[in-house]
Parts: sequence; structure tokens; C-alpha cells
Amino acid sequence: MAAAKSAERPVWTRKHLLTLAELTPEEILHILDTAEGFKAVSTRSVKKVPALRGRVVVLMFFEESTRTRMSFELAAQRLSADVIEFSEKMSSTKKGETLLDTARNIEAMGVDIMVLRHGAAGAANHLAQATKCCVVNAGDGQHAHPTQALLDLFTIRERKGRIAGLNVAIVGDITHSRVARSDLRGLQKLGAHVTFVGPPTLVPKSFEKLGARVTHDFDSILPEMDVVNMLRIQKERIASNVFPSIREYVRLFGMNSERLKRCKPDVLIMHPGPVNRGIELAADVADGPHSSILRQVTNGLAVRMAVLFLCQQAAMPDVEA
Amino acid sequence: MVLLLNAQQLQEKLENLARAIAAAAPRDVPVAVVGIRRRGETLARRLLPLLERAGLKPAHYGALDITLYRDDLTTIGPSAVVRETEIDFDITDTWLVLVDDVLYTGRSVRAALDALTDLGRPKAIRLAVLVDRGLRELPIQADFVGLRTDTQPQQSVDVRLLEVDGVDEVELNGRR
Repeated sequence: MAAAKSAERPVWTRKHLLTLAELTPEEILHILDTAEGFKAVSTRSVKKVPALRGRVVVLMFFEESTRTRMSFELAAQRLSADVIEFSEKMSSTKKGETLLDTARNIEAMGVDIMVLRHGAAGAANHLAQATKCCVVNAGDGQHAHPTQALLDLFTIRERKGRIAGLNVAIVGDITHSRVARSDLRGLQKLGAHVTFVGPPTLVPKSFEKLGARVTHDFDSILPEMDVVNMLRIQKERIASNVFPSIREYVRLFGMNSERLKRCKPDVLIMHPGPVNRGIELAADVADGPHSSILRQVTNGLAVRMAVLFLCQQAAMPDVEA
Repeated sequence: MVLLLNAQQLQEKLENLARAIAAAAPRDVPVAVVGIRRRGETLARRLLPLLERAGLKPAHYGALDITLYRDDLTTIGPSAVVRETEIDFDITDTWLVLVDDVLYTGRSVRAALDALTDLGRPKAIRLAVLVDRGLRELPIQADFVGLRTDTQPQQSVDVRLLEVDGVDEVELNGRR
């Protein structure tokens, strides 16, 4: 405006966020840097900026989710967007409508951004190809959960000052976890070393092909770790035969104050929530000074604001470039 | 290309601005100096010691990013870069001097006023700019101006500062 000139080419030109696998390290860092600018919005007296005024965001959640949905909803509201919700319970997919038909109908109402949570891997990609809207993946099957990984990266950078060179353990049911996959992609691209930890049935050695270290001996790796990310144990899987008993799992892979003592003094304990207290994470550790659980929730808001803003801007014609 | 200000002249203009601001500032209200990112922020930081020399010690300093308040977000698309607003004090009831490098259409200042309104309610907001190039599109005027110059819309006023660009100068570029 003053000296209206665009100095450099924009880093972010994608109208969809589908997976971290397709992003460059620069693109990931640009989202994190943009999120820094949104963090303060949540601490002011007026917790709103007009950046997406007049835009419509639809939250399409085909899977149960409370915190991710609320986080996206609040993020959209803080950008002054109008938010509508679509939940499968009350919808016509129950009457046999396909995802794409549903999406086209919603698009026809003049929606700008679709935030999709779906049980099928690839659902967000599928939607992105079929609609003119921006599509943000809020979790698709066991494939990806990019905004969770971004808020994890943001929190690690905030607490550790860097990501490159850090040793990060991701502990739990890696096989069924989209968070683990997205975290791995993001951490690798930014130069961290990832170790997957868990019982052989949930963390097969084949994950080494993805570039992660795999171990079934949690205690042996504790002293090297800068960050330990404890995944949620899905109760419904405990019933299946891939799982040892809860007691055995807690004994071998639960984070507790005894294990914490063997970690580095400044280790960061993370959890994507909601926590099964006393199973993957002991209550005193979850509430202790090493834990970043609530910080992750707060940062998730800033990261999702950044993602919605960047995707919407990328959908606009760039006259300065 | 026309050189509007060299390094020494730029410094003189800043000293003039500081003296004018110090003379106008109320003595019974805390003074806050807030620069618009990025070059307004740099100028605001430079003004601080000059203001002190002119007898005014500002109570607060801050930097304001106006990207999210711009009225042209739909046309600039992905070129919009969000930076952090760093105002870690309550602006309410301060005498707030808003600093920018160039005053042109007035739209940056309009965005800045909206952003400030969301942060609190200053006793007064004053506007200080290094260069006023005219061609306003909104009813906005500066209270303190370093240099006034007539320009054409197709021209650009390029402010370069040591901290950002490695050199102190102001150029007028483009055909008249």
C-alpha cells in the first residue's frame, strides 16, 4: 500500500491442505511463522480479526471429534468467517448420498472453505479434486492429520527453539495413527530424528522403510529423547488381539514419573489428547511441568487460523505477483 | 530516479519529527510509539532515542502488523504475509503515536486504526510519517510529516533503511 511492491514470490500458493507429505520444508515453516502472527489474537480483548470477513467455512465431520471441530470452529470465527456445520448424524448421507454429492450441494450454497474429517483415507484429496472450494484435511482415516502435526511442530519449536536435530519419540499404536504418520512427515522435513515406540503388533519393523527408527524397548531410548509424544490408546483396539493387556501396556509403554526421571531434564512430553490418564500417561506427568498438552491445544487454534487464512488467500488471484 | 533523501537528510527529518512530536505530546498521559511493520516499526524504534533527546520519554513501544486488517486481501491473494503484532502493553488511555514510512492512499493507516481499536481505546492517536506523497483515497492526514512531495500514481517512493535494506535513503522511481 505505501510502497506497494511485492518483494518476493509468495511461499504459500496452495488452496488446499491435504497432507504434510506434499509440502516443502519452506511451506511448513511458512505456516508456523504465519501462526506466530495469529497467536496474539487469542490473548487480546477483541479476539477477532476481520481477515475472512464475508467468507463461509463449513465443518464436515463424518467422524466423532470434539476438540478438532471446536478448534477449527473457533479459528474460523476468530478470522470473522461465517461457520456452518455438517454432521453425519443429521444428514442425508444417512439417506445414501455420496460424499461428493453432499459436497457439491454445500458448495452450491456459496461456501469458500471445507474442513473435512472422514474415516476413509484419501477422502480430502477426493473432495479437493471435485470442488472449487478450499479443502482442509482435519483427519482422513489412518492417512493424515496435518493440522495436528503442524501444531505439534509449532509447540516443539516454541518450547525447544528449534526442530532440526532433535530426537523425537512417538509412542503407542503407530499402525492405526494418522497423527504418527503426519508427525513423522513434518518432523523429517524439518530435520528431526523420529523413533517409533510400541509393541511389535502396533509398531511393525516395516515402518523403518518410512525413515523412522523402530524400537519395542521404550526404556532403552529414554535418555536420548528431546521430545516424547504419547499417542492415545484407542480403547476399542484393546479388545482386539493385536493388543497386550492394559496392565502390560502401561508397564512397558506408559509414561510415568519413574520413566520421566530417566529422560533429559528438559524433555518435552506431548499428547494429542484426549488423554487416558493412567494408561499411556500418568496423571502427575500429564499435569507436570514437562507436559505441553494444554499448550498444544492453544497453539492448535493459531495454527488452524493460519491454515484457513493461507488457503483462502491462495484461492484469490495474485495480482501483485 | 530522484533521490529524495540521502542518509544525512533522512536523519535530519527524523530529528525534526522527534522535536515536533515531543513539543506536541501531553505531559500527563503515557506516550506510546507504535510502528507499522516493517519500515514504520524500524523508524519508530529509531525515534525513541531522538524523542528522549528532545525531552520526551515514551512509556511504551510496539510494532503493529496490519495484514489481517487490509481492505485489499481479496486482490493481493497469497502475497499477504502475516507478521506478529508486538504490543505487550495496554494501549488504552495512552497518547499513541502511529509511525509509518510513507503516507499514500491512507489505506494502511485506516487498517492500522482498525487494528488499534481492537486492542484498546487510546486517549488519542497521532500519525507520524517520514514521507507524505499525496494522492489520498481516504480522508486521513498525518500530524507529523518529515517530507512532503508531489508524486504520480505510477511512481513509487522507495524508503530503504539500514536495518532492513542495508542503506538509508528515499528514492522516487518511475516516470512523471
